[in-house]
Amino acid sequence: MSAPVRFRFCLFVADDSPNGAQATANLAAICAEYLPGRHTIEIVDVFKVPARALEANVFMTPTLILLSPAPVRRIVGTLSQTEVVLRALGITKQAA
Amino acid sequence: MKQIPKRLPVHSKVPVGITGFDEIVNGGLPRGRTTLVTGGPGSGKTIFGLQFLAHGARSCNEPGIFVAFEETPDQLIANVEGFGWKLSELRPKKLFFLSAQPTPDLIQSGTFDLNGLLAILSAKQKSMGAKRVVFDALDVVLALLPDPAARQREVYRLHEWLVTNHLTGMITAKTVRGEDAGAPAHHPFGFIQFMVDCSVILNHTVELGVSQRNLRVQKYRGSSFDENESPFVIGKNGFDVAVSRILGRADAVVTNERVTSGVARLDTMLGGGYYRGASVLITGFPGTAKTTLSGAFAEAACKRGERTVFVGFDSDSTEVIRNLTSVGIRLGPHVRSGLLKMISARTLTGSAETLLVRIKALTKEHRARCLVIDPVSKLSKAGNELTAHGVAERLIDWSKADGITLVCTSLLDEMSNRMDGGTPLQISTLADTWIHLNYLVQAGERNRGMSIIKSRGMSHSNQVRELILSNSGVTLADIYTAGGEVLMGTMRWEKESASRVASEVAEVAGQLNLVRLDAEETVLEVRAKSLHTELLAKQAEKILLARTTQTRNREQSSGAKRIRELRGADPAIARERKALK
Repeated sequence: MSAPVRFRFCLFVADDSPNGAQATANLAAICAEYLPGRHTIEIVDVFKVPARALEANVFMTPTLILLSPAPVRRIVGTLSQTEVVLRALGITKQAA
Repeated sequence: MKQIPKRLPVHSKVPVGITGFDEIVNGGLPRGRTTLVTGGPGSGKTIFGLQFLAHGARSCNEPGIFVAFEETPDQLIANVEGFGWKLSELRPKKLFFLSAQPTPDLIQSGTFDLNGLLAILSAKQKSMGAKRVVFDALDVVLALLPDPAARQREVYRLHEWLVTNHLTGMITAKTVRGEDAGAPAHHPFGFIQFMVDCSVILNHTVELGVSQRNLRVQKYRGSSFDENESPFVIGKNGFDVAVSRILGRADAVVTNERVTSGVARLDTMLGGGYYRGASVLITGFPGTAKTTLSGAFAEAACKRGERTVFVGFDSDSTEVIRNLTSVGIRLGPHVRSGLLKMISARTLTGSAETLLVRIKALTKEHRARCLVIDPVSKLSKAGNELTAHGVAERLIDWSKADGITLVCTSLLDEMSNRMDGGTPLQISTLADTWIHLNYLVQAGERNRGMSIIKSRGMSHSNQVRELILSNSGVTLADIYTAGGEVLMGTMRWEKESASRVASEVAEVAGQLNLVRLDAEETVLEVRAKSLHTELLAKQAEKILLARTTQTRNREQSSGAKRIRELRGADPAIARERKALK
């Protein structure tokens, strides 16, 4: 069995918005449950660093970008539907 | 249109730079507010938005940001390259394109907001000092939002952001045809119409196979505006909205100057020619020399050195030139010298509105003072008649405002309009001078008659004249009226020569009569003289007779007395004698 894949996330949020807070919480919960110890989350506040948002073409917040493993995937929204998020990230419950 | 006094606290306006549109809204879109532009597919929303930004960046020193939700900026720029706005020159300092198309592989989970976009825009706005923002096809991104409440919330967010950043915003959104202003409540994004300060609806319809674009301002908070639908064209330079010249605008220069019609006797009939800047309508059935009359006008204008445009719908310009040469009207030299521009409009297609816009553009380009449209009735065939009437109205308004003398011919439908003489465009009521040409079929001949039906502001002849075309030009002849009938052509000539003979005969007869009367007079005079002499003789005779009688009577009475005295026998005498003693 190969070494566990490390998930690198970048979550774009608008600082004080409830959507952002929700997404942060949802992502933390998913990672804690399915990717314990093998994930990195960078949270980017679009109002503080709009250049990053422009660079990554993030217009809708919150946006979650999975930087690795490839391919790069992006999920828009509060990440409230765990099933959808997991499928999008290619994580299966069994794999966890 | 009512003008709002300046002292009222009305927000200032941002010119859109679209011909006609700024007039409709009295200056432009509300500054620092949001305007919604809705329309069906291909109605011109994106072009409207881009023109708004291009004008701001180029002419108003107001940099702009274009947020493209649907097309990529490169596509957009390529699409509008033909309008000559040179958008690439303005990028990226004056005009910034933000490519914000949702990626097709976008995965969505839960609700989201547009804060990311606004964060980017805020940063951009600060760095480039943008004043205008266009959100093109906002519906694309709104459709991704899970519920109506979220959509509403995001639009409010945009609106708030625009207001707090003092940006003039424009949102374009699609509507399905028939779902525009009529039922905003049923439209998924109908609420935007309630929220924004100004709402513009673009319509693109096809009537009888001819495309027709219309624009309507649905609302404009705090400003008056033209509430009617106005046709528009996406032409060479982008939008061109047709607006009737607002009455009372002081830009129409009215002069008393006359310009010749090209036919000397027609000028006399009009008391000196057409007015400069007037609109002249020449109606008539096919072949009544409408083109010839308008050609004569064009030639006369060129001879004065005035730049002229001749728009012909019926035949090619070269044909028109050749045909007119046959009646002594030579347009060829003027075309070569560049004074006269002949346009064969058979090649122009589109609705009446499109044609008008093209004619306007060509006339402006040529800097023409005189314009001939032959025939203007063709406009009504090109589109639906309803808008064509408006076009005729605008044509006249526009030519008046620009001081262009307009001569247009109009074909009368021989079947339907013979009685009322009306034109399909009802231009006859709008024209200043209306000349009607007619045929008179008589004694196996068809002759052209011309009459002036109306001519505003000038005394004009009430006579019908015969229009004669010869290779030396156009002339007008008096018609011959005899016994209540109007004679033209050969019959006129016959009647005229007959009357010439008759008058000669009458003259001779008169002279003979005079001689006869002279003779009679002389005879009578002689007779009168002899009678007078006779009378004198008789009178002398009468006097003589009277005198003789008197003498005789006296002699007789004195004689008798004497006798009685001598006799002395009569008592009476004796008594007398006694008494005497």
